[in-house]
Amino acid sequence: MRAFLRVFFVGGVIAYRGLFNWIRPAMYIPTMLIGPVFQILFFAYLGRYSKVEDDAFFVVGNAIQASAMSAVFAGTMTIANERQYQTLAPLLATPANRFAMFMGRSVPVIASGVLVSAWGFLMGRLLLDFDPPASSLPALAVIVVVSVTSCTAFGLTLGSIGMRARDVFMSANIAYYLMWLLCGVNIPLSALPGWLAQIGRLLPLTHGIAAGREVAAGASLSSVSGLVWTEVAVGTAWAMVAMTLVWWFEREGRRRATLETF
Amino acid sequence: MSGLRVFLVGLRFHVKALTHSVFFLLTSVFMPLLVATVAYYMYKAGNQPGSLLYVSLGAAVYGIWSSTLFGSGGAIQWQRWQGTLEVLVSAPTPFVLVIAPLTLATSVIGIYSLASTLVWGRLVFGIPFHVVHWLAFVVAVPATILGLGLLGFVFASTFVLYRNANALSNMLEWPVLLVTGMLVPLSLLPGWAGPIAWLLAPTWGVQAIREAALGGTPWPDVGMTIVLGLLYLAIGAVCLRHFEIAARRHATLSLT
Repeated sequence: MRAFLRVFFVGGVIAYRGLFNWIRPAMYIPTMLIGPVFQILFFAYLGRYSKVEDDAFFVVGNAIQASAMSAVFAGTMTIANERQYQTLAPLLATPANRFAMFMGRSVPVIASGVLVSAWGFLMGRLLLDFDPPASSLPALAVIVVVSVTSCTAFGLTLGSIGMRARDVFMSANIAYYLMWLLCGVNIPLSALPGWLAQIGRLLPLTHGIAAGREVAAGASLSSVSGLVWTEVAVGTAWAMVAMTLVWWFEREGRRRATLETF
Repeated sequence: MSGLRVFLVGLRFHVKALTHSVFFLLTSVFMPLLVATVAYYMYKAGNQPGSLLYVSLGAAVYGIWSSTLFGSGGAIQWQRWQGTLEVLVSAPTPFVLVIAPLTLATSVIGIYSLASTLVWGRLVFGIPFHVVHWLAFVVAVPATILGLGLLGFVFASTFVLYRNANALSNMLEWPVLLVTGMLVPLSLLPGWAGPIAWLLAPTWGVQAIREAALGGTPWPDVGMTIVLGLLYLAIGAVCLRHFEIAARRHATLSLT
C-alpha cells in the first residue's frame, strides 16, 4: 500500500514535472487563463444575440468546459508523451502498479483544470450577468472537481490510444472542440438531434454542467445528486477504458516489440 | 521584379505545403464547421433561423482567421524548430519576402473554410446560398484574405522576439472573433470594442462579404480591408526589420 501511494503521489508529481517542464507562465497565462475568458464572453454574447439562453447558462457551461483544455490535452499527454519522449519502454519495464502510475500523474492535471474553471467562474461573475448565491459555491466546487476528474479520465483514454496510434493529438483536438457541441456547453441538449444528444450523454462534463447550472441557479447539491453521480459513473467508465487500453497496448507492444515505434 | 518572384514562389510553395498538413486542414475546415454548427443550433434554438447565411459567412471568415492566426504563430516558430531561421535571416533576400508569403498562404488556405462552411450549411442545414452582388463578392473574398494574411504578418513579425508565440496566437483567437463582429453584431458589444474593431481588417472583411452576399454597399468595406492590409504590411515590415536586428544582436534568434 505504501509503495502504491508513493508511486501515486510522489511519482505523479515527478512525472508531471518531467512531462510538462516546458510550461511557463508566458505560455500558461495566455492559453489557459486569458483564452477561456474570451471564450466565455464570445459565447455569452452570441447567446444574447441568438436569444437562446441567459449569461449564467454560458458562464457555467464554458467555465466548466474550459477545464477540459487541461483535462483532455494534458490527460492525453501524460501517457502519449512518454512514447513521444522515448521513455515509455523504461517506464513500463518497472513493476510499478499501472493504475497508481498513470492516475497519480493526473492529479496535477486535475488541479490545473479546477484552477482554470474557477478563474472562468470568477471572470464570468465580474464581466457578465452571472451572480450565483454565495451558498452555492461549495456545491459548485464539488461539481467542478467531479467534472474535471471525469474529463481527465477521458483524456487518459485518448492518451492510452497514443501508446499505439501515430498521432493522437489530432483526436484530442477534435474531441476537445466537439465538447462545445455535444456536452450541452452552449446548446441545450434538447435542441440537438437525438443521436447527437445521446453521444453527449456518454461524454464527460455533460451531466456536471447540467448540475452546475442548477446549483448556480440556487438548487442544493442533494437535489442534483443524480446528475453528479452520473458524472462520476461516466468518469469511472472512461477511467476503466483507459486502464484497459493501457494494459492491452502494453501487452501488445511488448509482444510485438513496438512500444516506441511509429 | 525578383522580389515579386520570391514572393509568388514562396506563396505557391507554402499553399501547397500547408494543403498537405492534416493538422492545418483541421484548423481551417473542421473548426469553422464546428463553430458554424454550434451557432446554427443556437440560432435555431433561439428561433432566429433567418440569420443562418449570416452565420455561415461569419464562420467562414472565422476559418480564414483561425488558420491565419495558427500560421502566423507558427511562421517563426516552425523555422526555429527546423533550424532554418538563421539561414533565412542570413540570406540576401529581404526577410519580409520570406515571411509575408507564409502568413498570406495561411489565409489563402482559409478559402477551404469558406467553401466547406457554405457547402455544409447548404447540405446539412438547408441554407440557401444567394449572392446579391456577385462581382463585389468575388472581390471581397480575396481582399479579406489579403487583409487577414497581412494582419497575420504583423503578428508573425512581433513573434521573432517572443518564444511562446503559439501561446499568444492561441490567446488571440477568441478576442478577435468577438470584437470583429464575425458572429456577434458589433452593436451588441460594449462601446470600447468599436474603435478596436475598426482597426482590424477582419471587421471590414466580414462586413464586405456579408454586404456583397446579403445586399448592401460592400465596396467601402472592401476598400477599408485593402487599406488596412497595406498598413499592416508597412507596420509588419518595420517590426520585422527591427525585431530581427534585435534578435541577432542578442543572439536569441534560434532560442526556443
